[in-house]
Amino acid sequence: MSGLSCEHIMTVEDMTAEDIELILDTAESFKEVNERRIKKLPTLRGRTIVNLFLEPSTRTRTSFEIAAKRLSADAVNMTGSASATVKGESLRDTAKTLSAMACDLIVVRHRYAGAPQYLAECMDAHVINGGDGMHQHPTQALLDLFTIRREMGRIEGLTVGIVGDICHSRVAGSLVPALRKLGARPIVVGPPTLMPARPDILGAEVANTLDDVIGELDVAYMLRIQMERAEGMPLPSLREYARFYGMNSARLEAAKPEMIVMHPGPMNRGVEISSAVADSDRAVVLDQVNAGVAVRMAAMYLLLGGAESAAAA
Amino acid sequence: MPLLLRGGRVVDPQVGLDEVADVLVVDGRIDSVGSDLELPSGTEVIECAEKVVMPGFVDVHTHMREPGREDEETIASGTRAAAHGGFTAVCAMPNTSPVCDTGSAVRFVVERAEEVGAVRVYPVGALTQGQRGEALSEMGDMVAEGAVAFSDDGRDVQDAGMMRRVMEYAKAFGATVIAHCEDESLAAGGVVNEGAISTRLGLPGWPSAAEETMVARNIRLAELTGCRLHLAHLSTAGSVEQVRIAKERGIPITAEVAPHHLFLDEQAVISYDTNLKMNPPLRTAEDRKALVAGLLDGTVDCVATDHAPHAAHEKELEFEVAPFGTTGLETAVPLVVTNLVSEGQMDWPDVVRTMAVGPRACLGLPEVRLEAGQTADITVVDPEARVEVTADWFASKSLNSAFAGAKLLGKASEVLVAGQCVLRNGKVIV
Repeated sequence: MSGLSCEHIMTVEDMTAEDIELILDTAESFKEVNERRIKKLPTLRGRTIVNLFLEPSTRTRTSFEIAAKRLSADAVNMTGSASATVKGESLRDTAKTLSAMACDLIVVRHRYAGAPQYLAECMDAHVINGGDGMHQHPTQALLDLFTIRREMGRIEGLTVGIVGDICHSRVAGSLVPALRKLGARPIVVGPPTLMPARPDILGAEVANTLDDVIGELDVAYMLRIQMERAEGMPLPSLREYARFYGMNSARLEAAKPEMIVMHPGPMNRGVEISSAVADSDRAVVLDQVNAGVAVRMAAMYLLLGGAESAAAA
Repeated sequence: MPLLLRGGRVVDPQVGLDEVADVLVVDGRIDSVGSDLELPSGTEVIECAEKVVMPGFVDVHTHMREPGREDEETIASGTRAAAHGGFTAVCAMPNTSPVCDTGSAVRFVVERAEEVGAVRVYPVGALTQGQRGEALSEMGDMVAEGAVAFSDDGRDVQDAGMMRRVMEYAKAFGATVIAHCEDESLAAGGVVNEGAISTRLGLPGWPSAAEETMVARNIRLAELTGCRLHLAHLSTAGSVEQVRIAKERGIPITAEVAPHHLFLDEQAVISYDTNLKMNPPLRTAEDRKALVAGLLDGTVDCVATDHAPHAAHEKELEFEVAPFGTTGLETAVPLVVTNLVSEGQMDWPDVVRTMAVGPRACLGLPEVRLEAGQTADITVVDPEARVEVTADWFASKSLNSAFAGAKLLGKASEVLVAGQCVLRNGKVIV
């Protein structure tokens, strides 16, 4: 079994299609582990993994922490504020400090784009980008691909509508290029006020209303609307957003019968997704959460040379 | 001591000069230009064979950081960087701490430059008090103390009515208004060009339109008020086009472009290197080409460095929070020689037009010509000098250069300010 071509999980662009498939395949076996009563492997015993979360996060951090612990790594959480002016220490110094403590892998969540790259330049450890600003969130894309593959049996050839605040979404920033790498067709859907300047650069087609494309979709991926900063600008109201871009029973009727509905969580019920849809069997939101642990286990295992140690054992 | 610049290619299109000749400097002035000149006893000879002797270069856009951020640059270090880069004069921007918005603040810069400056320093005063865009600054006082122009550089006056009053008032004192064209509601916290690069890197975009709408507004206000307007650091093709049209219509405007916008484009930012974060941001390759074309055809009047020194610990932050700006005084001439002169796009008379004559004309500074009786502000460039842009090469106190590591060809070897040699054999000697 060959390893990853990349030293870090930084951006989807840095990964090959083979890297992505290797992680997904490896995650399949870890998913099976997660269904056992004793959900623990000795694989990364003695390795130190730091979850450096410089932006508030509960779900993602918990997912990484569980993943590390199920592989028997020593997982340490480090939280704080992203801005050096607040925290009093630059990211560079934080990186050098962690390096001096001989950490093997750093998972970093940061408010600003590019921070994980900078961290990696300042230290020897492997880095997993746990989400940086509006840039990328590659493990989210991997767990989404894992879920799509399990639900639909394939990724290639599928049409995936990603609906909502594309401009501020690191989820879309990773998922669009990841889908392209595996031969799917991503369409980003939303009003132009929620679009990045050049969605074509990421490899996506653009639709300005959901009803224009709903019938073509194999997957509807509903992004979370940041309710506290949406009304007035970039949206007139959440009510209008829900009417034109929300996933509800009527839209589900118009869609292909096998279309699945995804959401990275946490959901705003009644805004981007109605309660009826969220609780229906078409929604795979909890499958995504479940996949998250397995995919993150796979990423950690492959980055830390678990393949060789497992083969030796 | 009399000085003879011997055997250089002496270039000054103002007096129709482009020939190998000697330049004799006596008592701070040019005594004569020609061959077989009669030398006073004790004349020191500087060999200039294979070099180019030109009227002294001026940078109309320098951030000196003194007062307030002397850890980043001082008038002493900044003027040495200027001399090292081949400039005989710089215009000091007013966004210091405190802001240079009063006569006494201008006088401080003038006096400090007299005490410690290696080259001339022309202060630029703030357009509005504290550069807040709310109240007129005391421009009359500042002119009386030596301010040569006014600018809120770093920001634009956001309110159009206020900008109109600013221009009207500046006109009373014959002063040029230097506009940093940026609509803050459109730039909206952007840190890189809006487009492919902002999308790819997930960084907030600063669209070309945020500059171009203010270029349009400011040109119309110059037309309305009759105030002389100079547009700082143009970065887009659309801005160049508007300047071209305005000049055809006879509106009194001039414009500058910075070396980083001439020689780099947005693709360079892909590494998240904060030394490439500037305001306005690096634009597309098409914009870059339009800026070069505008400089070559005279639409853009001059090259200006926007020398913006920053402390290392501030540039070592995340891209979105690091300060804007690159140093530029020392790399400008090598970049122009390497990218434009050596490539045959520019000849030396064009260099004089864009780095010596143009800058002075933009702000109405005293002219300098290579002829008898003129002040001896002279720049000598060695086109074959090799430059490697390394940390120890800079005279500036700050190292935040967008061109760090570059290998360039061509550098100032001598700089004379009022006949005094401040750069000799490429080394600052004051």
